[in-house]
Amino acid sequence: MTLLTMCATQLAFPATKTMFSRILTSALFAGAAAGLIAALLQLYFVQPVLLHAELYEGGDLVHFGADPVTAHPELPGMFAEPVRDGLSIIFTMLTYTGYALALVALMSIAEQQGREINGRTGLLWGLAGFVAFHFAPGLSLAPEVPGVAAADVGVRQVWWTATVATAGVAMWLIAFGGNLVSYLIAAGLLIAPHVVGAPEPDTFAGPVPTEIGALFAARAFGIGMAAWVLLGSFAGYFWQAEGKRANAAA
Amino acid sequence: MTTNAIKASAVGSTILPAVFALILGLGVVTVTGHAQASGLHDAAHDVRHATGFPCH
Repeated sequence: MTLLTMCATQLAFPATKTMFSRILTSALFAGAAAGLIAALLQLYFVQPVLLHAELYEGGDLVHFGADPVTAHPELPGMFAEPVRDGLSIIFTMLTYTGYALALVALMSIAEQQGREINGRTGLLWGLAGFVAFHFAPGLSLAPEVPGVAAADVGVRQVWWTATVATAGVAMWLIAFGGNLVSYLIAAGLLIAPHVVGAPEPDTFAGPVPTEIGALFAARAFGIGMAAWVLLGSFAGYFWQAEGKRANAAA
Repeated sequence: MTTNAIKASAVGSTILPAVFALILGLGVVTVTGHAQASGLHDAAHDVRHATGFPCH
Protein backbone atom coordinates (compact mmCIF):
# COMPACT_ATOMS: atom_id res chain seq x y z
CA MET A 1 0.00 0.00 0.00
CA THR A 2 1.43 3.35 -0.92
CA LEU A 3 1.62 6.07 1.70
CA LEU A 4 -1.01 8.11 -0.10
CA THR A 5 -3.61 5.35 -0.27
CA MET A 6 -2.85 4.53 3.35
CA CYS A 7 -3.54 8.14 4.34
CA ALA A 8 -6.72 8.16 2.26
CA THR A 9 -7.89 4.91 3.89
CA GLN A 10 -7.13 6.24 7.35
CA LEU A 11 -9.15 9.37 6.74
CA ALA A 12 -12.24 7.27 6.09
CA PHE A 13 -12.16 5.77 9.61
CA PRO A 14 -14.74 7.35 11.94
CA ALA A 15 -12.14 7.39 14.73
CA THR A 16 -9.89 9.58 12.58
CA LYS A 17 -12.72 12.00 11.86
CA THR A 18 -13.72 12.15 15.53
CA MET A 19 -10.15 12.88 16.53
CA PHE A 20 -9.74 15.57 13.88
CA SER A 21 -12.96 17.35 14.82
CA ARG A 22 -12.00 17.16 18.52
CA ILE A 23 -8.64 18.84 17.73
CA LEU A 24 -10.29 21.47 15.49
CA THR A 25 -13.07 22.33 17.94
CA SER A 26 -10.79 22.62 20.98
CA ALA A 27 -8.23 24.66 19.03
CA LEU A 28 -10.83 27.06 17.63
CA PHE A 29 -12.35 27.76 21.06
CA ALA A 30 -8.97 28.12 22.79
CA GLY A 31 -7.36 30.15 19.99
CA ALA A 32 -10.27 32.57 19.58
CA ALA A 33 -10.57 33.17 23.34
CA ALA A 34 -6.84 33.58 24.03
CA GLY A 35 -6.42 35.58 20.79
CA LEU A 36 -9.17 38.03 21.76
CA ILE A 37 -7.63 38.57 25.20
CA ALA A 38 -4.16 38.94 23.63
CA ALA A 39 -5.50 41.49 21.13
CA LEU A 40 -7.15 43.62 23.82
CA LEU A 41 -4.03 43.49 26.02
CA GLN A 42 -1.87 44.45 23.02
CA LEU A 43 -4.15 47.33 22.07
CA TYR A 44 -4.03 48.70 25.61
CA PHE A 45 -0.39 48.06 26.52
CA VAL A 46 1.62 47.70 23.29
CA GLN A 47 -0.17 49.79 20.65
CA PRO A 48 0.40 53.19 22.37
CA VAL A 49 4.15 52.42 22.48
CA LEU A 50 4.05 51.49 18.76
CA LEU A 51 2.16 54.68 17.87
CA HIS A 52 4.65 56.71 19.90
CA ALA A 53 7.51 55.09 17.96
CA GLU A 54 5.78 55.85 14.65
CA LEU A 55 5.93 59.57 15.48
CA TYR A 56 9.72 59.21 15.37
CA GLU A 57 9.63 56.86 12.36
CA GLY A 58 7.61 59.42 10.40
CA GLY A 59 9.75 62.36 11.53
CA ASP A 60 6.99 64.13 13.54
CA LEU A 61 9.28 63.90 16.54
CA VAL A 62 13.08 64.00 16.36
CA HIS A 63 15.31 62.47 18.97
CA PHE A 64 18.49 64.35 20.00
CA GLY A 65 17.50 67.49 18.13
CA ALA A 66 18.25 70.97 19.47
CA ASP A 67 15.27 70.97 21.84
CA PRO A 68 14.25 68.40 24.43
CA VAL A 69 11.29 66.27 23.27
CA THR A 70 8.37 65.50 25.57
CA ALA A 71 8.08 61.85 26.60
CA HIS A 72 4.29 62.19 26.65
CA PRO A 73 3.02 63.37 23.28
CA GLU A 74 -0.69 63.31 22.46
CA LEU A 75 -1.51 59.80 21.18
CA PRO A 76 -4.75 58.51 19.68
CA GLY A 77 -6.84 56.54 22.19
CA MET A 78 -7.86 52.88 22.03
CA PHE A 79 -10.07 52.22 18.96
CA ALA A 80 -9.35 55.72 17.60
CA GLU A 81 -8.58 53.94 14.31
CA PRO A 82 -11.36 51.31 14.20
CA VAL A 83 -10.32 49.64 10.91
CA ARG A 84 -6.65 49.36 11.87
CA ASP A 85 -7.43 48.12 15.40
CA GLY A 86 -10.23 45.83 14.15
CA LEU A 87 -7.82 44.19 11.70
CA SER A 88 -5.31 43.81 14.53
CA ILE A 89 -7.91 42.00 16.64
CA ILE A 90 -8.83 39.67 13.74
CA PHE A 91 -5.20 38.88 12.92
CA THR A 92 -4.26 38.29 16.56
CA MET A 93 -7.18 35.86 16.91
CA LEU A 94 -6.11 34.12 13.68
CA THR A 95 -2.50 33.89 14.83
CA TYR A 96 -3.46 32.42 18.21
CA THR A 97 -5.83 29.98 16.49
CA GLY A 98 -2.86 28.85 14.42
CA TYR A 99 -0.79 28.41 17.58
CA ALA A 100 -3.74 26.54 19.15
CA LEU A 101 -4.02 24.08 16.25
CA ALA A 102 -0.33 23.18 16.59
CA LEU A 103 -0.57 23.05 20.40
CA VAL A 104 -3.68 20.84 20.54
CA ALA A 105 -2.26 18.55 17.84
CA LEU A 106 0.80 17.94 20.03
CA MET A 107 -1.40 17.60 23.13
CA SER A 108 -3.37 14.83 21.40
CA ILE A 109 -0.16 12.94 20.67
CA ALA A 110 1.06 13.40 24.27
CA GLU A 111 -2.25 12.12 25.63
CA GLN A 112 -1.95 9.00 23.47
CA GLN A 113 1.38 8.44 25.22
CA GLY A 114 -0.36 8.55 28.59
CA ARG A 115 0.21 12.20 29.57
CA GLU A 116 -2.48 14.07 31.42
CA ILE A 117 -3.93 17.00 29.47
CA ASN A 118 -6.22 19.46 31.22
CA GLY A 119 -6.55 23.14 32.02
CA ARG A 120 -3.93 22.88 34.75
CA THR A 121 -1.21 21.00 32.85
CA GLY A 122 -2.10 23.27 29.92
CA LEU A 123 -0.47 26.16 31.80
CA LEU A 124 2.92 24.49 31.32
CA TRP A 125 2.15 23.77 27.66
CA GLY A 126 1.39 27.45 27.21
CA LEU A 127 4.62 28.49 28.88
CA ALA A 128 6.56 26.08 26.63
CA GLY A 129 4.77 27.49 23.59
CA PHE A 130 5.72 31.03 24.66
CA VAL A 131 9.36 29.99 24.96
CA ALA A 132 9.31 28.31 21.53
CA PHE A 133 7.40 30.96 19.55
CA HIS A 134 8.27 34.24 21.31
CA PHE A 135 11.10 34.03 23.79
CA ALA A 136 13.61 31.86 21.90
CA PRO A 137 13.54 33.88 18.65
CA GLY A 138 13.10 37.16 20.59
CA LEU A 139 16.25 36.58 22.62
CA SER A 140 18.33 37.54 19.57
CA LEU A 141 15.68 39.18 17.37
CA ALA A 142 13.99 41.34 20.00
CA PRO A 143 10.42 42.41 19.26
CA GLU A 144 11.05 45.62 17.35
CA VAL A 145 9.22 48.91 17.09
CA PRO A 146 8.60 50.29 13.60
CA GLY A 147 11.54 52.26 12.26
CA VAL A 148 14.44 50.34 13.75
CA ALA A 149 17.34 49.23 11.61
CA ALA A 150 17.22 45.50 10.82
CA ALA A 151 18.64 42.94 8.41
CA ASP A 152 16.68 41.80 5.33
CA VAL A 153 13.25 40.52 6.38
CA GLY A 154 13.54 37.25 4.40
CA VAL A 155 16.79 36.29 6.12
CA ARG A 156 15.33 37.12 9.53
CA GLN A 157 12.26 35.00 8.77
CA VAL A 158 14.47 32.00 7.94
CA TRP A 159 16.39 32.44 11.22
CA TRP A 160 13.12 32.98 13.14
CA THR A 161 11.58 29.81 11.67
CA ALA A 162 14.66 27.69 12.36
CA THR A 163 14.87 29.01 15.94
CA VAL A 164 11.18 28.32 16.63
CA ALA A 165 11.58 24.80 15.22
CA THR A 166 14.67 23.94 17.28
CA ALA A 167 13.18 25.51 20.44
CA GLY A 168 9.93 23.60 19.89
CA VAL A 169 11.78 20.29 19.68
CA ALA A 170 13.83 21.29 22.73
CA MET A 171 10.72 22.01 24.81
CA TRP A 172 9.25 18.61 23.86
CA LEU A 173 12.52 16.89 24.87
CA ILE A 174 12.62 18.75 28.21
CA ALA A 175 8.99 17.84 28.93
CA PHE A 176 8.98 14.22 27.76
CA GLY A 177 12.58 13.13 27.13
CA GLY A 178 13.05 11.85 30.65
CA ASN A 179 16.82 11.30 30.50
CA LEU A 180 20.05 13.27 30.65
CA VAL A 181 20.88 12.85 26.96
CA SER A 182 17.58 14.41 25.86
CA TYR A 183 18.09 17.32 28.27
CA LEU A 184 21.57 17.92 26.86
CA ILE A 185 20.27 17.79 23.29
CA ALA A 186 17.51 20.22 24.31
CA ALA A 187 20.05 22.64 25.81
CA GLY A 188 22.13 22.44 22.62
CA LEU A 189 19.07 23.10 20.45
CA LEU A 190 18.09 26.11 22.56
CA ILE A 191 21.56 27.65 22.48
CA ALA A 192 22.66 26.83 18.90
CA PRO A 193 20.66 29.50 16.96
CA HIS A 194 22.06 32.22 19.23
CA VAL A 195 25.62 30.95 18.83
CA VAL A 196 25.12 30.95 15.04
CA GLY A 197 23.68 34.42 15.50
CA ALA A 198 20.59 36.21 14.22
CA PRO A 199 20.84 38.37 11.08
CA GLU A 200 21.84 41.88 12.14
CA PRO A 201 21.78 45.22 10.29
CA ASP A 202 25.08 46.56 8.90
CA THR A 203 24.54 49.95 10.48
CA PHE A 204 22.25 51.40 13.14
CA ALA A 205 19.86 53.98 11.79
CA GLY A 206 16.82 53.75 14.05
CA PRO A 207 15.31 57.16 14.85
CA VAL A 208 13.32 55.85 17.86
CA PRO A 209 14.58 56.57 21.43
CA THR A 210 15.92 53.51 23.23
CA GLU A 211 13.41 54.04 26.06
CA ILE A 212 10.54 53.37 23.64
CA GLY A 213 12.26 50.39 22.02
CA ALA A 214 12.98 48.75 25.37
CA LEU A 215 9.46 49.31 26.70
CA PHE A 216 8.02 47.88 23.47
CA ALA A 217 10.12 44.69 23.66
CA ALA A 218 9.31 44.19 27.35
CA ARG A 219 5.58 44.73 26.82
CA ALA A 220 5.52 42.45 23.75
CA PHE A 221 7.16 39.66 25.77
CA GLY A 222 4.91 40.22 28.80
CA ILE A 223 1.65 40.19 26.84
CA GLY A 224 2.93 37.25 24.77
CA MET A 225 3.59 35.23 27.91
CA ALA A 226 0.22 36.05 29.47
CA ALA A 227 -1.61 35.18 26.26
CA TRP A 228 0.31 31.93 25.70
CA VAL A 229 -0.25 30.70 29.27
CA LEU A 230 -3.97 31.38 28.84
CA LEU A 231 -3.89 29.67 25.43
CA GLY A 232 -2.29 26.55 26.91
CA SER A 233 -4.77 26.39 29.76
CA PHE A 234 -7.78 26.97 27.48
CA ALA A 235 -6.47 24.37 25.01
CA GLY A 236 -6.06 21.78 27.79
CA TYR A 237 -9.49 22.58 29.20
CA PHE A 238 -11.34 22.41 25.87
CA TRP A 239 -9.43 19.27 24.85
CA GLN A 240 -10.75 17.58 28.04
CA ALA A 241 -14.25 18.97 27.65
CA GLU A 242 -14.50 17.94 23.97
CA GLY A 243 -13.23 14.46 24.84
CA LYS A 244 -15.90 14.02 27.52
CA ARG A 245 -18.59 15.30 25.15
CA ALA A 246 -17.50 12.89 22.38
CA ASN A 247 -17.43 9.97 24.84
CA ALA A 248 -20.89 10.85 26.15
CA ALA A 249 -22.23 11.02 22.60
CA ALA A 250 -20.65 7.68 21.61
CA MET B 1 -9.20 -6.66 8.69
CA THR B 2 -5.76 -8.08 9.35
CA THR B 3 -3.97 -7.40 12.64
CA ASN B 4 -1.60 -5.05 10.85
CA ALA B 5 -4.42 -3.09 9.31
CA ILE B 6 -6.12 -2.77 12.71
CA LYS B 7 -2.87 -1.56 14.23
CA ALA B 8 -2.37 0.85 11.35
CA SER B 9 -5.86 2.25 11.75
CA ALA B 10 -5.34 2.76 15.48
CA VAL B 11 -2.12 4.67 14.88
CA GLY B 12 -3.58 6.54 11.90
CA SER B 13 -6.67 7.64 13.78
CA THR B 14 -4.51 9.46 16.32
CA ILE B 15 -1.40 10.54 14.43
CA LEU B 16 -2.84 11.63 11.09
CA PRO B 17 -5.35 14.17 12.46
CA ALA B 18 -2.58 15.58 14.68
CA VAL B 19 -0.24 15.93 11.71
CA PHE B 20 -2.94 17.64 9.62
CA ALA B 21 -3.82 20.02 12.45
CA LEU B 22 -0.15 20.81 13.05
CA ILE B 23 0.42 21.66 9.37
CA LEU B 24 -2.80 23.69 9.25
CA GLY B 25 -1.83 25.62 12.39
CA LEU B 26 1.69 26.40 11.21
CA GLY B 27 0.22 27.39 7.83
CA VAL B 28 -2.11 29.88 9.49
CA VAL B 29 0.77 31.34 11.53
CA THR B 30 2.88 31.64 8.36
CA VAL B 31 0.13 33.57 6.58
CA THR B 32 -0.67 35.93 9.47
CA GLY B 33 2.93 36.35 10.62
CA HIS B 34 5.21 36.01 7.62
CA ALA B 35 3.48 36.38 4.23
CA GLN B 36 4.86 39.54 2.60
CA ALA B 37 1.91 40.25 0.25
CA SER B 38 1.35 43.96 0.74
CA GLY B 39 -2.34 43.81 1.72
CA LEU B 40 -1.66 41.09 4.28
CA HIS B 41 1.40 42.92 5.57
CA ASP B 42 -0.51 46.18 6.09
CA ALA B 43 -3.45 44.48 7.78
CA ALA B 44 -1.26 42.42 10.09
CA HIS B 45 1.41 45.12 10.60
CA ASP B 46 0.73 46.04 14.23
CA VAL B 47 0.16 42.40 15.22
CA ARG B 48 3.46 41.30 13.68
CA HIS B 49 5.36 43.93 15.62
CA ALA B 50 3.52 43.27 18.89
CA THR B 51 3.91 39.49 18.52
CA GLY B 52 7.61 39.61 17.74
CA PHE B 53 7.53 38.44 14.11
CA PRO B 54 10.19 39.90 11.78
CA CYS B 55 8.11 42.54 9.97
CA HIS B 56 9.87 44.79 7.48
